[in-house]
Amino acid sequence: MSRLEEAIAEGRFVVTAELLTIDAGGLDAVRERFEPFEPWVDAVNATDNTSAHAHASPVAVAIALKQLGVEPVMQLVCRDRNRLALEADIAGAALHGIENLCCLTGDDVTAGDEPEARRVFDLDSSQLIATAAAMARGHYLSGRKIDPAPHLFIGAVENPAAPPFDYRVERALEKVRAGARFFQLQVCFHRELLERFIAEAVASGLADKAALIPSICLVRSPRSLRFIDEHVPGISVPPEMIERCEHASDSEAECFELGCELAEHARSLPGIAGLHLISFRREAGIARLCTRLAIPTRAERETRGYRSPVAV
Amino acid sequence: MGPLALVEAAVKKPVFGCQMCGQCVLHSTGLTCPMNCPKTLRNGPCGGVRPDGTCEVKPEMRCVWLKAVERSRRLPWSEEIHDIRPPVDNRLWDTSSWRNYLTKRDKQRPPGWYVEA
Repeated sequence: MSRLEEAIAEGRFVVTAELLTIDAGGLDAVRERFEPFEPWVDAVNATDNTSAHAHASPVAVAIALKQLGVEPVMQLVCRDRNRLALEADIAGAALHGIENLCCLTGDDVTAGDEPEARRVFDLDSSQLIATAAAMARGHYLSGRKIDPAPHLFIGAVENPAAPPFDYRVERALEKVRAGARFFQLQVCFHRELLERFIAEAVASGLADKAALIPSICLVRSPRSLRFIDEHVPGISVPPEMIERCEHASDSEAECFELGCELAEHARSLPGIAGLHLISFRREAGIARLCTRLAIPTRAERETRGYRSPVAV
Repeated sequence: MGPLALVEAAVKKPVFGCQMCGQCVLHSTGLTCPMNCPKTLRNGPCGGVRPDGTCEVKPEMRCVWLKAVERSRRLPWSEEIHDIRPPVDNRLWDTSSWRNYLTKRDKQRPPGWYVEA
């Protein structure tokens, strides 16, 4: 059982973070990216060609993380590989003891720097989850045996801030039926939409069936907020938030404040299992945020059994 | 394409924008063809739907799945939208889904495919 799975099973507050994309520099470059926040995280996400830009593959990065003593969550998107390649990557990663998977659709190739590439989408995210679940039961989609069956902890993504809002929780429930046991929710700058999603998740039983982990994105400048708003598919930033940071005397500090407020808000929602933290460029921001929110380190959470500080 | 497939295409392309995947799921997707989604998603909208409901890939187009979900809510069999549809059998492109329905060819699943009911 992975550390993440164990923490979730025991109801401990979990912290995951995203590793910045990596193109070169060996294991040192990997270490450099997680070192500042390592004491706080249960697991670190190895992303899969984010925003449709090629980077070191999630399998390779997940193995590197493992070698460096950090538990990986291997992300897999449906955009770049057909079902054979996806199954091969799940089996290959499992060979190295990688159990945490996060299955998602993936941004379209048109969001990237090689928009002329062929998009694959041979499977969609629900089908990918079901495929991973089949492998955890000991066989490929074809029915061919995998012996012994790999132990997998399968997760997914859902976007509380994308229409149709009244369908997002239902869709997450479909993914649970397919085999998802945790959700790293897409970054959501709209408090009311995140609240709505979590409230519906609690009411529908989703929060009991899977661990809900909202994502918080830290940026350094209002320009980054504007970039995210305009160029990252599925994420919009309310204009008043951007303006607030633009007009602040210290806009970098204000951006950090905003991230802390959103994290505090997400943490206050009854039904969430933890937080997923993303920081563009400045990884130390994650450590600062954890300190600021008084989130105990992983070791402290493990010894004291820290839960979300909200009374449900 | 065989003669039956040609007839099917002639009927369904103008009405549903049918792409002739040969394994029609219109009934469970609010009579909206999911193969018109640029990502050909068969199980709901991706996270890239824009706040105004348009498609991440084609901003001039309304998200196919937004239409599918809305329309399915008005159908007596609205629950079917939550079926988890298996991966496309890529051998069936350009064959008649009518024939594949009658012969139950479209009910064949990969042997390892299983989802909770």
